[in-house]
Order: sequence, then C-alpha cells, then structure tokens
Amino acid sequence: MKNREIENGRDEMVIDGGNAVPEGLNLNYFKVYYGKLFPHADIQKWMSYGNDGKHPGCDHTYFGRREFSFTLENDIYLRFQSFNSASELENSIKEKCPVKIDIGPVYSVDPAKRHAYAQTGDNVFTPVERELVFDIDMTDYDDVRYCCSGADVCLDCWPLMTIAIKIIDTALRDDFGFNHILWVYSGRRGVHCWVCDARARRLTNEQRAAIADYFRVYKGNENNHKKVSLTGHVLHPFLVRSYNEVLKNYFEMKLLPTQKLFSTEERYEKILEMIPDESVISELRGKWQDNKRSSKEDINIVRWEQLKHMLQSGNKKVQGLRRCVEEIVFSFTYPRLDMEVSKHMNHLLKAPFCVHPKTGRVCVPIDPNKCEEFDPTTVPTLSKLLEELNMGGVRQEVEDGEWDGTSLGNSIRFFRSSFLQPLLKSCKEEIESSYNTKLQRSKNTLSW
Amino acid sequence: NRASESDSLVSLGSFLIARCTLRTQGGTKMETVRSQRKSAQNDVVSTLPLYRSAPVLEVRLEDFELFAIDRLRVLKGISDGLSRGKKPEEMEKLAMDLWKTNMRHPQASNVVNKDIISHFVLRLLYCRTEELRKWFLSMETALFRYRFRHESLESQRALMAEFELPYKAVGNAEFESLRDKLQVSRSNAQPLSTADAIFYKVPFEEVPELVAGRRVFLQKGLAYIASNQVVSLVGTQFRSHLSKALILTNRKWTSTVREQEKDRLTPIVEALCSSYLGPDYSQPKGFAEVSVKDIDELAKSSFPLCMCHLFGKLREDHHLKHGGRMQLGLFLKGVGLKLDDAITFWKAEFSRKVGAERFDKEYAYSIRHNYGREGKRTDYTPYSCQKIILSTPGVGDHHGCPYRHFSEENLRAALSKMGVNSRAVEDVMDKVRNKHYQVSDYHLYIKMLSVSMHLDI
Repeated sequence: MKNREIENGRDEMVIDGGNAVPEGLNLNYFKVYYGKLFPHADIQKWMSYGNDGKHPGCDHTYFGRREFSFTLENDIYLRFQSFNSASELENSIKEKCPVKIDIGPVYSVDPAKRHAYAQTGDNVFTPVERELVFDIDMTDYDDVRYCCSGADVCLDCWPLMTIAIKIIDTALRDDFGFNHILWVYSGRRGVHCWVCDARARRLTNEQRAAIADYFRVYKGNENNHKKVSLTGHVLHPFLVRSYNEVLKNYFEMKLLPTQKLFSTEERYEKILEMIPDESVISELRGKWQDNKRSSKEDINIVRWEQLKHMLQSGNKKVQGLRRCVEEIVFSFTYPRLDMEVSKHMNHLLKAPFCVHPKTGRVCVPIDPNKCEEFDPTTVPTLSKLLEELNMGGVRQEVEDGEWDGTSLGNSIRFFRSSFLQPLLKSCKEEIESSYNTKLQRSKNTLSW
Repeated sequence: NRASESDSLVSLGSFLIARCTLRTQGGTKMETVRSQRKSAQNDVVSTLPLYRSAPVLEVRLEDFELFAIDRLRVLKGISDGLSRGKKPEEMEKLAMDLWKTNMRHPQASNVVNKDIISHFVLRLLYCRTEELRKWFLSMETALFRYRFRHESLESQRALMAEFELPYKAVGNAEFESLRDKLQVSRSNAQPLSTADAIFYKVPFEEVPELVAGRRVFLQKGLAYIASNQVVSLVGTQFRSHLSKALILTNRKWTSTVREQEKDRLTPIVEALCSSYLGPDYSQPKGFAEVSVKDIDELAKSSFPLCMCHLFGKLREDHHLKHGGRMQLGLFLKGVGLKLDDAITFWKAEFSRKVGAERFDKEYAYSIRHNYGREGKRTDYTPYSCQKIILSTPGVGDHHGCPYRHFSEENLRAALSKMGVNSRAVEDVMDKVRNKHYQVSDYHLYIKMLSVSMHLDI
C-alpha cells in the first residue's frame, strides 16, 4: 500500500486555497495540530472497541495488540508501533510528530514484541482482527473523466466519489447487514471506508476477497477496451438497485453534461467501441460526424438519447446489445475499488483526522447520508485551522482540545455522535452478553 | 506368530484422534465401518463419508500404503485437470472417472473402508507442512464437492443434515415476496417455480464463492442459497473441518506418532512422501542459474507470453505496478535469478523512472520480501498459471494472462510481435475463444519449439 501511495503521490497538490499561513510540510504546524486539535482520545476509544477495562469481560490486551505505523518527515517509516493506553498513544504521536499515521490489524500478540515470537516457527505472530476497509481513488477513473487527471480532483469529477459512497454504503448495510461504517476523505483525491462491526473485523481474507469481488464490476485493464461486462441471465439485484437508484441519474444528470462525454469525436468513439454491433456504430457515427449544431440542447444529451434509442428500439434488440446501455453507464460511473486493500487483513490504511502532507487537508469523516453535499475543496486545511486558533483568542477550551471553535469542530462532533457512540454502545452490549454466556457455561460445568 | 501379526496391523483411530491405545491382540479380520446413513423419512443411502473422526479400524500395512497411493492418483489427477484450466463440467466428469478407476475394491463391502482409510493415511502424509496441507485441503475439498454434486437430492439433504447446520428453508410467503431477486441463484434462464425452489438462509460468510460471483441474493447479511448451491455451503464446512483436523494431526504426528512409529509407519510415510508428492519447488535445488545479462536473450527465446509482455512493458516504461512486479519478479526468481541479481535488474529499470534513492526506499523491500528476506520470511514460489488466469488486472496493470485478459486485437498484436506466424495465431485464437487459456499458451510453445518452463511451475 505504501508503494501505491507514493507511486501516485508524486504529483503536486491541487486543491488548495490561498491562506495566510503558508501550506506545505511544516513540522511546527503538525506539532500544534497534534497538541491542540487531533482527537487522540477518540481514536483510542474507537480502537479499543469497548475493551476499556470497566467491565470484567474486557480484553485488556486488545488495544495494545493493534499496529500503528508512522511516517516521519524524511520518509522514515516506523512500522509495528503499539501502545497500551490513550496517553501512550498521544505522547508518542506528539513526540514523533508523524506526517502520516496508518492503522494496521490487531495481531495475536503485541506487534512491538513480534521478534520474540519469530523463532518459534509456529507463526504465532499473525493478524487476528481488522476492520473491513475500502479505498477508492480518483486516479483509477482517469479514463472516464476529462476535467482533470492524476491526483487532481474538482467538483466536476468528485461526483464519482459520491456515487461510490452511496453504492458501497447501501450495499454494506442492506446486503451485508453492517451498521458501523465510517467514511473518510483521504485528504486529496479519494475516500476510505472503515466497516467496524465485530462481524466485519473477524472476516477471514477469503471472506474479505469475496465481498470485494461482489463489488467488482469494472474489469478493465490496459489491454482491453471493454471495461465492464454484465454477464449472466439476470442482473444481480444489487446491480439493478445501484443502476436504478444511483448510476443512471448521476450519469444522465451530472457526468454526461459536465464531463461532456460525447462532445468530440475522440470521446464518442470511445463509447462506440463498447457497442458490439458494427451497423449500429456506423449509423450513429454517420449522424454525429456531420452534426450541425442546430439545436440549443446539450449535444451530449442529444447524442446519448440517440444512442439509447438505437440500442433499445424494438428492432435492434439483439441478445448481445441487450445490456449495452447499462454497460456504458456502469463503465462511466460504477465504483472502482482498490481490491488489494480490502482483501487482506494486514493492509495498512491512513487514520482519520490525519493531515495530508501534500494538500494540508484533514482527513475528515464524510456523512454518507449527505455525501452529495461534501466538497473536498472546502475541507479545512492545517493552515486554516491554525489561523482559526490564532484568531480565537480567549475561547472556552473543551477539556480534550481546542477544536471546538474551529472548522474541525463539526467533523469531530459528527465522528462522535454518528459513529463512535453507537459503535461503543454495541461493543459494550456484546462484551456483556459474551461475558454472561461464559459465566453461564462455567456455572454449568461447576454443577457437574 | 502373534507379534508379527499385530505389527502388520495399524489401528487408524489411534493416530488420528485422541485415542491412544494401540491394539495388541492379533485381529485378522478387518472391522467394517458402516458409513452409510439413513435419513429419518425415507431410506436414503449415501456412501460419501464426511471423515469427521477416524474410525476404530485396523488396516493391514500393505493396504495402508496401497490405498493411499490409489487416492493420491485421484487427487493428482484433479490437480492436473485444474491447472490445465478444465471447465467445471469437464472437471466433474474427470474426477468421477478417476474415482471409479482408482478407488475400487475387490470386495464391495470394503469400498467405503478403502475410501476412509486412504483419506486418513493421506492426512498423515500431508499434515506436515503448510504447503502440503494447503494442497491436500484444496484437492480433498474439490473431490468432496464433485462427489457431493453426484449424489441424489435426497442424499444431499441427508448429508447436509449430518453437518448439523442450523439453517432452515425459506418459507413460502417469503419466497413469493423475493421471487424476482432469487432468480439470480438459478444456473439457467428457466424461471423459478415454487415446486423446485428450496432456499436456505445462511450467513454470507459461509458461502464466500457464491458471494464473490454475485450468484446469491443477499439481505442483511444473509445469503439465500438455492438447493443446487448447497454444495458451496457444505464444501466450506468440509474444508474448515478438515483444515482444523490437519493442524491437530500435525501436532500429534510431530509430538508422538513419528517417534512411536519410527520402525514401522514412519518409514512408510516418508517413502510415500518422497515418491509421490512430486518435486518440492520450495527448496532451491537443481535450478539453473540465470544472470542479469541473460535475461534479454531468455525473454526473447523462452518466456511465456505473459512474462514477455510484462518484461517488454518494464523495459518500455521503466515501471510496473504491484501485480506486474509480483508476477514477473517471482517468475524470474523461479527460473533462477538470485536475489542480488534481481535487485540489480529491477533497480536498473526503476531508477530511470523514480531514481535510485526512491527505488531503495520503496521497492527494494518487496523484492527482498519475495525472496523471504523480509516480513514473515516466507520463501514465495512463482505464480501458477491458474493464479495468473484468475487474477484481475485493473487500470494501469499489465499482469494477468494475455490469453484471457487481452482483447482479441491486442492479443494478435502481442503474438505477432513475438514472431508467431499467422496460422499459429489463428490456432491460438480458436483455443482462446473456447477458454483454453493455458492450453493455448502451451500449444504455441510447442509450435515455437521453445521452453515452456512456466508449465512446470
């Protein structure tokens, strides 16, 4: 994962407003951020999953077996960091001042002591729990967006991320039955998703891969035109729902006009390539080549309607063309996951509330119910937050930091009320009930 | 001659389950184990055992060995079929044929015993390393699935009951309300009729392959599986039971049995291993060495198309994404490129794109990792064709199997770039259309008279 991150990370930052405090990698800013704003305690509570020692059924070793990894200023990479308490975590972050914090799995033993177990040969050191995670990155959409490429994002292509959140979130809840899901802006050009239900954390690699594959429709690679293939005699209910509720509308109302998908020969040829029928292709091409811009209507919409009409009109309804319209829509809108990140327990993923070292933007949570309102260009940057702190003067301090009056306040409040509190409540219930079961069992054995 | 008689009898149960008494009295008769089962309602008989615990059963030493060899022939046959990329229908037929040919027994009453004995003996052989366990687990699970599918519906149901799965069939009202969505579980275009529709609701975790293929309807974490998909569920169960059992067998073998049996069973097990388990590629022996300067020549003359393509792209772009680095890197390792040479080779290309410093920082680690010098220090083996065919290259990726992942026109271009003549190209295209990806690769190489070394990997 690290390689990926860096491979794609060479481009300069893009989304960035003009701020009085200069952007960029200034360790002093990070120091202030970790000192006054970063929600250390919330992260620790989250990663403890209710194992806070208050209940006799708690697992005291749980948090200490979690791997954190820090990237320091000069690309120094510290893996397998572990902490036994919130204050240990906080002190280490403040002391080392990492420009990036990654979260790994919970291991069978404390990752800091892994070498002690390395010689036993029996692979005692192994990941045992990990959130189910997803990583969606705008660079994977470069062949279907014309506004920007690489690490750039703008409000014309960001809807692709909105679509991804809507589709994956709905399926995780309705199809897989998960409840505790956190969406996070990755700080530059994508989103991360953390599924934190106990059931999700205990999935095997095989089961994780199965879920990732369930979501995989996009099969394009550099050596094939056809990017999406919807096979099978019926379309799966998940795909039908995604198409009807999200993809179709976003394609026609948003992406078609803003990305101008049919505006030039080069662009419409790319779409024609997806139609497996030469006569349809040449008829459409004929119409479009000598198109006089007569109507006031958007040319992209006109051409799309023509294409749909051709493919869906009664006489052309050939077997092979049956799903062509859907395939085109899926190609241009359907989420593209970085599969490897989801498939394995031991993949690291950047922690929420980190600051992206290139853009200076904070990795804030995104509310999936209002994801269409999310605007990556207005996400608070480190320099903006520091300015707000400076201007704040005598503001009443909340007990755990000074974020309350800054533009980070809403994000932290949302993280607590919509994600952390419900999660911890269900964790406690689970600890309570498994403890009772254990008690019951030991009582039964005593009575024997 | 009581002593020698008892020496030639092995009490299976004593090695494979927790019971430790070795029978000392000379039993000349084999006890037969009735594995046939009857379901409560109608007398359904199935001869497919679940191998849940080793039977208390005595076996003559010679049978111990012979039965194991017969079963190995079946498993090897399945393994070969799978790696040749045979289709599921072909595989099922192949497996059943292999079974009938090899697993007969002159006495009909002993057919089931032979099945059970051979299975448990192979557990001893294959429990000893992770690699062996993995292979055995896959092959036995595959075999079980083919045999399960071969059973009648009634006996499938009886077998399912034997797994004691707590899943109930979906009721009529629920079925009606979900009818449209459940269509996705059908293997053909026939609409669902109420009569033949028995669906079970199971946690999606139990049927990963059906989830992965979107072949089941999912709701709130439950997968609705049709009766023709039950094999997937019991296959998973079978696999997880066997997986745990193999770990236990391994513990028992290393802690007691190997020593106790050092004069009797241990030599047989070890001999069986060396003669029938095939070459062990995890040990670097007998490989020709390849040096950096030979790679270009070798790529031209002997690389399979997928590696040729990756190699070309690497030379062109001075970069490959993760999947490509793994596929080509492990292949080069497999053909004998030493770690130091591998670093030199990759560095020469990558540093032209990302600079030497970034190469050392970000890429060298994973190369050392492939050679077992980092992380969990596993000595990784090259990807099999199977794995490459099943991989899923995405944006910017060049790995995978060209015969499967390339469009027809790109495949043609790649082949002619290699200097394959047009008739051979057409031959290959035919094969590809029929989804014989691996065979097409093989065919081509025979035609080109070059080394098909990847086939041995």
